[in-house]
Amino acid sequence: METLTYFLPQVWFGILALFLFLYVMLDGFDLGVGILSLTASNEERRGILMTSLSNIWDANETWLVLMGGGLFGAFPLAYGTILNALYIPILLMVFGLIFRAVAFEFREQAKRKLFWNFAFGAGSFLAALGQGFALGGVLKGINVDQAGHFIGTTWDWLSWQTILVALTLIQGYVLIGSNYLIWKTTGELQETHYKTAKIAAVTTLIGAILITITTPIFYEYARERLFHRPLVYVFAAIPLLGVLLISLLIRSLFRKEERAPFIWTILLFLLTFIGLAMVVFPYIIPTQITIYEAAADPSALVFMIILIGALIPVMLFYNIYQYIVFRGKVTGGHYGE
Amino acid sequence: MEFLSDTVVLSRMQFALTAIFHMLWPVLSTGMAIYLVIVEGVWLKTRNPDYYYHARFWSKLYLLNFGVGVATGIPMEFQFGTNWAPFSEAVGNFFGSVIGFEASWAFMLEAAFLGIMVFGWERVHPIIHFISTILVATGANLSTLWILTASSWMQTPTGGEMVNGKFIVHDYFQAIFNPFMAVSVSHMFIATLETSLFVIGGISAWYILNNRQSAFFSKAFKIALAAAIAVAPLQIYIGHLSAEQVYYYQPSKLAAMEAQWDTIPGGQSANWSIVALPNEKAEKNDWEIAIPNGLGYILELKQKLSAPVRGLKEWKPEDRPHLVGLIYYSFRIMVGIGFLLAGLMLWSTLQWLRGKLSPENIAQQRWLMRAWIFAAPLGYIAVDSGWIVRCVGRQPWTVYGLLRTADSASHVPATNVLVSLIGFAVTYSILFIGYLYFGSRIIRRGPRLDLPMPGMETKPAVETTPGQFVPDERPVEAQQ
Ligand code: HDD
Ligand code: HEM
Ligand code: HEM
Repeated sequence: METLTYFLPQVWFGILALFLFLYVMLDGFDLGVGILSLTASNEERRGILMTSLSNIWDANETWLVLMGGGLFGAFPLAYGTILNALYIPILLMVFGLIFRAVAFEFREQAKRKLFWNFAFGAGSFLAALGQGFALGGVLKGINVDQAGHFIGTTWDWLSWQTILVALTLIQGYVLIGSNYLIWKTTGELQETHYKTAKIAAVTTLIGAILITITTPIFYEYARERLFHRPLVYVFAAIPLLGVLLISLLIRSLFRKEERAPFIWTILLFLLTFIGLAMVVFPYIIPTQITIYEAAADPSALVFMIILIGALIPVMLFYNIYQYIVFRGKVTGGHYGE
Repeated sequence: MEFLSDTVVLSRMQFALTAIFHMLWPVLSTGMAIYLVIVEGVWLKTRNPDYYYHARFWSKLYLLNFGVGVATGIPMEFQFGTNWAPFSEAVGNFFGSVIGFEASWAFMLEAAFLGIMVFGWERVHPIIHFISTILVATGANLSTLWILTASSWMQTPTGGEMVNGKFIVHDYFQAIFNPFMAVSVSHMFIATLETSLFVIGGISAWYILNNRQSAFFSKAFKIALAAAIAVAPLQIYIGHLSAEQVYYYQPSKLAAMEAQWDTIPGGQSANWSIVALPNEKAEKNDWEIAIPNGLGYILELKQKLSAPVRGLKEWKPEDRPHLVGLIYYSFRIMVGIGFLLAGLMLWSTLQWLRGKLSPENIAQQRWLMRAWIFAAPLGYIAVDSGWIVRCVGRQPWTVYGLLRTADSASHVPATNVLVSLIGFAVTYSILFIGYLYFGSRIIRRGPRLDLPMPGMETKPAVETTPGQFVPDERPVEAQQ
């Protein structure tokens, strides 16, 4: 029993981290392309951008829904407390996602597309912004009482540090979105996105460096964690690996490779993720609530492993199948009929 | 305007608003998916091109509907955390898990195969395409299964107990198969089917009435009618079963549905009131018109009740549902629509048997066609009324008998909720208008009967190596 109360929450922490990573990677490029669509110079280009997402945006977004459901079931206390504390960032994200989703369908039917184009791009931006603030807010820590209930105020999540996190996340999304477009398009459009990818790589790098420097300065818990042997070696390795990956990424962009940039970016995201998870673990709300305190009853966790965990390979399988069916370059700008 | 500063009231209004709007889209996403499976199956079997074009045409509407369904669904899930944090914490063990199952079993499946279903006609073998359509329909209906399991458990929470303010499950099987589950899932499943059938029939009737491709649309009309022959009476029967289960498990809700203030003892006959003016202050109905012995038939299919029907006065005012008038009339609207749709089905079947619905004659059935157009939105009204009966009637509880609504809401400043509530009201109105506008545009454009038809022979998914030659990958029909 004793081991179960430790082991099961750890398994669920791992599963949720996987869901979150898949979400950030997949909807990341999706939202990134959305943000980039604001800069598309003409209607045809924008059409191609959106066509490249037409068959997948919904499945990508569903990883978020799955992550939410998993968090609700596995760590009910954290689900309530985090969402309650981040009321405004979450609603920013929700409204962003609403506008983005319907703009996608409405635009295709509309004669005058201007409004829906804007709604799509701005919705993507808003969703990314909300997510960035939410991430920043969780890292910053949430003010809770003894029982783990939120007792802070409405704007607790807002600070220079969270603004920095939000901006960097948006840059990261633009980066992976550009790289996705390099992969999926040709010609002039591809050229444009080699450029945006280079710019985003640099801005993401700047953001990442600033976060790496400021986090231990601002947050005591991170400082303790980071400079604690033997983990300090691992944490020292992460920025080094990061710099290596970014240089590989930039080199592949200059060499005009088509797929390598996307893959380097994914590895970069993965690295960041591992770093974050190591700073946060075993907390689910840093330094206030551990995964063990927030976890649902062991029986619920087992039940969920059977009914959700066992499906993960199946879900991965059919999602990959979908990408295979729609592989190849996108050239046309009409996704409807 | 006191409620403007009451977080609980505002959160309830927000949940009600978003749920009522959300519900408008899943109804078609689940019901019409089954219709799409049917037409595609008939096409594969008969190779009659009309059915292929039906599949193509309705899936355009389906895609639009689906997008809005997803957009309005996402806020539903997050609200449990933002606005109902104590609720989430208390029932996460069971309720949260089930929301997770819905995502992994249902949402992922429908989302992943929707792309192939809508955009994959030229890319996969027709059989694979058919399987994708079936999987979309399966996913959509699994989400009915799981969300109604969750909702039913809130009505009749079994399988565990509250320990220190948290629901601990002892028996997951019992919690999933709680007393309301089977009937509620069936009632909702049939509701989505019935609504979709009358929408499909109603839109087809519009084309027939306007003499646009009457023969083509009489096919869709007949599929809808044939299915309605089974579905409409069945829904009335399952509705009766729902009323029966409320009678046994939630007597306070039944009393509100009937605006019944005083207990009717067992062994007596009971009237079913059809119009009344409930007066909550005076705890009586100011006036009412009733059908003699009606209630006995609704609840037990016989004249005299075997057990008493308890009246609202048996509960203290803080322990019983309010808004009695709303519950009472919502129930009557739903039942009325149930009978109306069944009546329309009977009338149409009669005409069919008399040969009046053959492709040559059907356009002359002008009043029948008008009636179907009129009936198209009724299912939606019945569905939302049903949910109002179910959720408002459950008050003052969120989890019946275990957790009060007042203890379920997050402590968020009222202004935050007010702002988000206004945001949702404005946004959802835009969505609703946009959906009607663009949906009717798809309908006015009508089906395209010149789309290429995929053959049965296996085609490689992509004919060229990516990167060298770049084929136009749009569906052929989109290439100019
Ligand atoms: C008829 C069954 C039904 C009912 C009662 C509800 N839903 Fe729903 N929901 C669906 C049937 C559905 C669906 C058919 O699966 C949708 C609609 C269109 C779609 O794309 O999926 C959907 C979409 C949808 C989504 C987005 C899924 C995605 O990303 O694909 C979420 C998060 C929810 N719903 C959550 C809820 C919650 C929390 C509800 C409780 C109040 C709820 N739904 C009631
Ligand atoms: C989608 C169709 C649904 C509709 C139209 C609907 C309608 C409503 C309405 C009108 C209320 C407000 C009741 C009041 O405050 O008096 C409400 C509350 C609520 N319902 Fe439903 N509901 C739906 C589905 C569900 C489902 C499937 C669940 C659970 C899985 C659910 C859970 C709740 C909760 C948690 C509340 C908030 C607490 C409360 O006020 O009772 N609802 N719903
Ligand atoms: C004609 C006779 C009908 C009767 C006697 C009836 C009865 C009921 C009852 C008693 C409830 C409340 C269940 C609860 O609170 O747990 C309910 C809910 C509901 N009804 Fe009906 N109903 C009828 C027709 C319809 C029709 C025609 C539709 C839609 C097409 C519909 C859709 C719903 C929905 C969506 C709910 C809420 C979810 C559920 O309980 O499954 N009903 N109905």
